[in-house]
Amino acid sequence: MIKRTLARSHLRTLALAVLLTACEREQRGYRDIPPGATAFPAVQTSELQAGPKSTDPSAGAYQENRWAVSEGQTFYAQYNCGGCHAPGGGGGMGPPLNDDEWIYGSDPENVFATIVEGRPNGMPSFRGKIDNGQLWQLVAYVRTMSGLTPPDVWPARSDHMQESRPATDALPQRQLP
Amino acid sequence: MSATTGEQAGAGLLDAAGRAELERTWAARPGLWGWLTSTDHKSVATRYVATAFLFFLLGGLEAMVMRVQLARPENGLVDPDRYAQLFTMHGTTMMFLFGVPVQLAVATYLVPLMVGTRNVAFPRLNAFGFWTYLIGGLLLYGGFVLNTGPDAGWFSYVPLSGPQYSPGKRVDVWAQTVTFTEIAALVAAVEMIVTILKQRAPGMSLNRMPLYVWAVLVTSFVVLFAMPSVALASMMLAFDRLVGTHFFNPAEGGDPLLWQHLFWFFGHPEVYIMFIPATGFVSEIIPVFARRKMFGHTALVLSLVATGFLAFGLWVHHMFTTGLPQLGQSFFTAASMMIAIPNGVQIFCWIATLWAGRPRFATPLLFVLGFVFLFVLGGITGVMVASIPFDQQAHDTHFIVAHLHYVQLGGFVFPLFGAFYFWFPKVTGRMLSETLGRWNFWLFFAGVNVTFFPLHFLGLMGMTRRVYTYHPETGWGALNLLATVGAFMIAASVLVFLANVFRSLRSGAVAGDDPWGAHTLEWETPSPPPPYNFLHIPIVQGLYALWERTADRPVVTGMITHRREILLTTVLDAEPDVRYQHPGPSIAPLLAALAVGVTFIGGIFTTWAFVVGPVLLFPALMLWMWKQSPPAEPLTESEQPA
Amino acid sequence: MHPLRALGRASVPAAAMLVVGGCGQAMSAVNPAGPQAERISDLTWYLTITGSAVFLVVLGFLAYAVRRGRRRTESAEGPEADRAMARWVGGAVGVTTLILLTTLVYNFATGRALADFADPDALTIRVTGHQWWWDVQYVDRAPSRRLTTANEIHVPVGRRIRLEVQSRDVIHSFWAPNLHGKVDVIPGYGGSTAFRADRPGVYHGRCAEFCGLQHARMDFLVIAEPEEQFAAWFEAQLKSSAPPGDAVQQKGQQVFLSKGCPLCHAVRGTQANSRVGPDLTHLASRRTIAAGTLPNTRGHLGGWVLDPQKIKPGAKMPPNPLAADELHALLGYLQSLK
Repeated sequence: MIKRTLARSHLRTLALAVLLTACEREQRGYRDIPPGATAFPAVQTSELQAGPKSTDPSAGAYQENRWAVSEGQTFYAQYNCGGCHAPGGGGGMGPPLNDDEWIYGSDPENVFATIVEGRPNGMPSFRGKIDNGQLWQLVAYVRTMSGLTPPDVWPARSDHMQESRPATDALPQRQLP
Repeated sequence: MSATTGEQAGAGLLDAAGRAELERTWAARPGLWGWLTSTDHKSVATRYVATAFLFFLLGGLEAMVMRVQLARPENGLVDPDRYAQLFTMHGTTMMFLFGVPVQLAVATYLVPLMVGTRNVAFPRLNAFGFWTYLIGGLLLYGGFVLNTGPDAGWFSYVPLSGPQYSPGKRVDVWAQTVTFTEIAALVAAVEMIVTILKQRAPGMSLNRMPLYVWAVLVTSFVVLFAMPSVALASMMLAFDRLVGTHFFNPAEGGDPLLWQHLFWFFGHPEVYIMFIPATGFVSEIIPVFARRKMFGHTALVLSLVATGFLAFGLWVHHMFTTGLPQLGQSFFTAASMMIAIPNGVQIFCWIATLWAGRPRFATPLLFVLGFVFLFVLGGITGVMVASIPFDQQAHDTHFIVAHLHYVQLGGFVFPLFGAFYFWFPKVTGRMLSETLGRWNFWLFFAGVNVTFFPLHFLGLMGMTRRVYTYHPETGWGALNLLATVGAFMIAASVLVFLANVFRSLRSGAVAGDDPWGAHTLEWETPSPPPPYNFLHIPIVQGLYALWERTADRPVVTGMITHRREILLTTVLDAEPDVRYQHPGPSIAPLLAALAVGVTFIGGIFTTWAFVVGPVLLFPALMLWMWKQSPPAEPLTESEQPA
Repeated sequence: MHPLRALGRASVPAAAMLVVGGCGQAMSAVNPAGPQAERISDLTWYLTITGSAVFLVVLGFLAYAVRRGRRRTESAEGPEADRAMARWVGGAVGVTTLILLTTLVYNFATGRALADFADPDALTIRVTGHQWWWDVQYVDRAPSRRLTTANEIHVPVGRRIRLEVQSRDVIHSFWAPNLHGKVDVIPGYGGSTAFRADRPGVYHGRCAEFCGLQHARMDFLVIAEPEEQFAAWFEAQLKSSAPPGDAVQQKGQQVFLSKGCPLCHAVRGTQANSRVGPDLTHLASRRTIAAGTLPNTRGHLGGWVLDPQKIKPGAKMPPNPLAADELHALLGYLQSLK
């Protein structure tokens, strides 16, 4: 009797887990993040630095959302990020984005700050130019390029000419120390 | 084994002990386990039909939400994402989960009875087909509930449904649902072909085969040749999305039109897969209710075969606006018009039979008359859109929506309802109420016209398909509102039907073997038929088996009763050929279907599923085939018919 | 005539149309404004009338058959009855075949006539379908005479137009029913069609192949006007945008250039030069915005700029929160882009 109740509750939890995860990955929010470029508090870009890790709840937004990553991929092309970072994130004038070396930190808030503030040596500031929602989607895609998001949100191949391998094949390239 | 007439009763006919043993051999095991392991074609078919009908109701609900959304301009009931999911689910449900499965399921029930045998040719495979279909349906609706329902339309054009423009697993769920339903359809088609060609009762030569059985035979061949095309297409789409191939990527040498060709090469025959058995229903109902043999039997058979062949030559008429070369497209215009000729032959023969007979208005005949009205109307708009210049205006507008619903609802669902009313007494042993039946019919008939006739005008006024809303200035509001009213009438008629069914199941008049005075073999059995169908396999003496049955009509005797024995006959003349033994019930088909489910559903998420799945499938197949029945025994010298 | 005066002349009937009929005449495949649509419309009438007649005849036969049958006391059997029925059925099949053949011939003739519409003198317009708007380019040998605009196509009355269509993303379909049938816009393919407007007017069109979330809001206008009006419009459109007239417009231009607008939009005459979204150089000369979704008025434009997602959820344009004075200035600037 108890076994059956236990089994049933396990089943319920499993069902709930499946429900929640599936829901999240496929959610499409058009105006989730309230518009308005917020001034970002200084967050630490690495463990060596002093400073808070951001507790902004919107930071985690879109990191596990397939649609957001796909939108981010579109914006990466549209806003010509590839002009400096190369279309596949391999780097050119700007540093590569598909490796695991992050000058200014790889947490979502760090990447967000990088795009909003700009960085020395050439990264422009996009504050006020790109909407917050789109920015977070870009952040999700940039982190995906180096494999920091779960594999089931990685975009599949795009309908354009391919550079080298499909995006699903792009495992993060290990840099030599 | 021999043919024994009533005169020789006692010399070969089963006695009480033999009867009891026959029942024991063919009975399903008791309880839930018996239900899960059953290989009785009637048991599998009834649950198949019930499941398909449940999907019909769900698809209808989706349609109702869409119609309410469209009733007013700028209605905010559903957002565009949800609306896209709704029309995709509606189309996918009606075409893949209701249309084809219900026809094949009804055939699975009726054909063994109509040809005078005890079960379909491969009973365990039949059960496997049903479980596979069920898993496909659960996948689609599970996905829908989890916000992973497909949203790119029921025919999923690329590149919209490709990896870039449909991110996530939504379209993958669609592609795999197609895989499951197409496996189930192929299974059913194989069953029907072999059952019809090899298991007919002695004396039922091809020229004595009922028209419905002919319809099912032709349909099964159409399934066999059409399904692989959509299987290939959905596999290529899945590969593009999950593996990174470029079948449909124009930038790398792929072609979006390839999808359209492959899909419609299946998609057009698919509507005939639904329609041809419906003409079979009509051909069975009319002689019974006109109380006269059908006029033009040979012409009708040839029309069925011609329709089956021609159905494969029409597919480009779904692509008239894509810019294909005019000369090629013109061929498809001609073919699309030509198919109206065999359809016309059928309609004229039916009308002639009604003229020559003495029609009595019972609900099945009402649905047949409604079918003629609606299908001729739909067929005429079909000839209209077969014309390329007109189609360039009408394509992808509500004109097409009107056309397809007239031919589908009128040409397939109306005969199906007629068939329900006709064969319900046989399946359940109870009669459906005639009064409720008439309400059902008239509400449905009026509802279809009120809903879909205005859509012809809306289409020509510019209302395109798959739009979640429209501006008030378009002036489309009034006709849309009218169409929504009609949709509620259709919903009401379906509710009346459900009420009729539930009431009759509980307290309907007892039917008896043959309440209608019909002529095909299934009306010789009790209602509902026992698991073994016929106590003795009948010997058929004419095309109208029960109407041409003599008083001393012989039956087959001497078949064993302690094993599930089937009599196989020759293909053309149905002379007894082989005594064959079927395996009994088994859980293996369900296990195998689950393994296939794991393979394809898991395959959406990980390639490991293609390893795990077959590993699970292997023991299921071993269990399936382990206990082989003893090899078939050919007839001995003394057993050959004289 | 001075181009500005011509423009002024043109704007009066345009304004009148706006006031009177909203955005022009209703879409209809049987209200043709040109020879292509007219041929199809004639065919439509033939098909409808013939089809209705056939339908009524068949239904008539059915009704007669049922009535006759109901009055029988016994069925009509035997070889004579069979022969009579065979004659009727055969005759019906024969008549059906004849009607189908005639229809087929008429179809082919119409199709031939529609295809035979090429003209070296034609004005070529290249339309690119995007999710969810239309990029319109007037093709010319000389690059300086190539006009790029969006969602609104002007054509001269009486001149043949060759329309080339291509897609930037998914399959769309270009359809203006009063002018011609639709042509699918398929990536990787260069579709084309030809039409001619024989009377001036504002003709609606829309996308006719499901292309995603906002397929329902992907309309366009084809405005047919007399040759001189068209020429005046064309010359005015070729020019770069006028420099800002007053302080408010100047501030508006600053807002435009400093916010995210240049990331997607182009205004010739400024540094904004992106091809991702519609060209806005002469935004104020158009009747609608957002691909036919809203009339081009100050209020609607303001609402659209602030939050496109509310009007067209899923569209590629993000919300743009602006302070009230910034919005006021921006709108002043945008409305100056005639």
